[in-house]
Amino acid sequence: MADKPLTVAVLSGKGGTGKTLVSVNLAAAAGDAVYLDCDVEEPNGHLFFKPEAAEEETVAVKIPQIDTALCTGCRKCVEFCAFHARAFTGNHPMLFDEVCHSCGGCALLCPAGAIRETDKAVGTVFSGVSDGVDVYTGRLNIGEASGIPVIKRLLSKIPNSGNRPVFIDCPPGSACAVMESIQDADFCVLVAEPTIFGAHNLAMVYELVSLFHKPFGAVLNKCQAGENPSETFCLEHRIPILGRIPFDAELGALNAEGGIAARENERYRALFGSLLEQIGKEARHEAASDSQR
Amino acid sequence: MKITIPMNEQNAESGVCPSFGRAPYFLLYDTNTKEIKWIANSAAESSGGAGIAAAQLLADSGADELITPRCGENAEKVLSGAKIKAYRAMDGTAKENLEALAAGKLSPLSEFHAGFHGHGG
Repeated sequence: MADKPLTVAVLSGKGGTGKTLVSVNLAAAAGDAVYLDCDVEEPNGHLFFKPEAAEEETVAVKIPQIDTALCTGCRKCVEFCAFHARAFTGNHPMLFDEVCHSCGGCALLCPAGAIRETDKAVGTVFSGVSDGVDVYTGRLNIGEASGIPVIKRLLSKIPNSGNRPVFIDCPPGSACAVMESIQDADFCVLVAEPTIFGAHNLAMVYELVSLFHKPFGAVLNKCQAGENPSETFCLEHRIPILGRIPFDAELGALNAEGGIAARENERYRALFGSLLEQIGKEARHEAASDSQR
Repeated sequence: MKITIPMNEQNAESGVCPSFGRAPYFLLYDTNTKEIKWIANSAAESSGGAGIAAAQLLADSGADELITPRCGENAEKVLSGAKIKAYRAMDGTAKENLEALAAGKLSPLSEFHAGFHGHGG
């Protein structure tokens, strides 16, 4: 196990439950770690880490370009495109960039050789370091339909060897971008709020990680005295509760200032430290029971 | 002149389908022969680009005018490329809409939405 880093994905059924709080603080508590912000439509982990020596690289996808002078109007590309990114009207081929999935099929197929692929920038990956944590942030360009290419590039940053744990801050929800983000994860942490709505969103990601056969556990955030529908959901579905984060004005204030609680506050250093330990235990347990199967 | 309308069922006495790209059928009315033809929308179930494919289907059917409650901007590009004029449907059956268009009572569709792409609508 020591030669492959433990990769932990942090997800939730909706935004604002505390994915970034949990993943940033887990990485900070680990000290020597890798943090990937895959919430590429609104990355905010870097606001806490404030990484130094930041570098950036452009993420591009292949988009077909049509030489209309060579196009014979055979419409093979229109018939072929499974995503309906191509049309042909009044003797003119048309392409819808944002519908194209960059499969390259039309360029391969075109008998006239009228189509070639060109790069189109769709986002940026920023990398930097914050007190021992490698911080990678993906940002999708405004107006782009899919963050998947940016997320793929982020995941390529996961080291193949070593024992520095990797924390993936996922996009909210349970759709394609989240599926992409968790596919390489060894363990999933589901962050949930203590409301009926929170329990509903927990149910969505619970269904997703079950479908992907990922080992997982829940972190109950914003815990207060009284009923916690998300806790009830965990108990009913035998979801391990890895930790509880209180609904705490001090934590809220620290977080709002862009501070990292696990670095600045003794109590939270202990809380996220023990959460980290709990995740390690669950992940090892899962790996052990996996190898017995 | 051929006029087309997105429809839920193959019945000209029924209402217009609220969706363009994902309508199960298109009614195609020929003003010369007064005949109605039905086109099954092969794009209705597609995962994406339904509007584009539906508009392509209509372009290939030789339609000149379209009556629809709404239409996405990608489909609009294909429609205008094929020189199909879009009119805003009114409440009522397909037949009533055809009569309203003939009487000059329908206004051209001027707003095209950015597409729902799996987010409701």
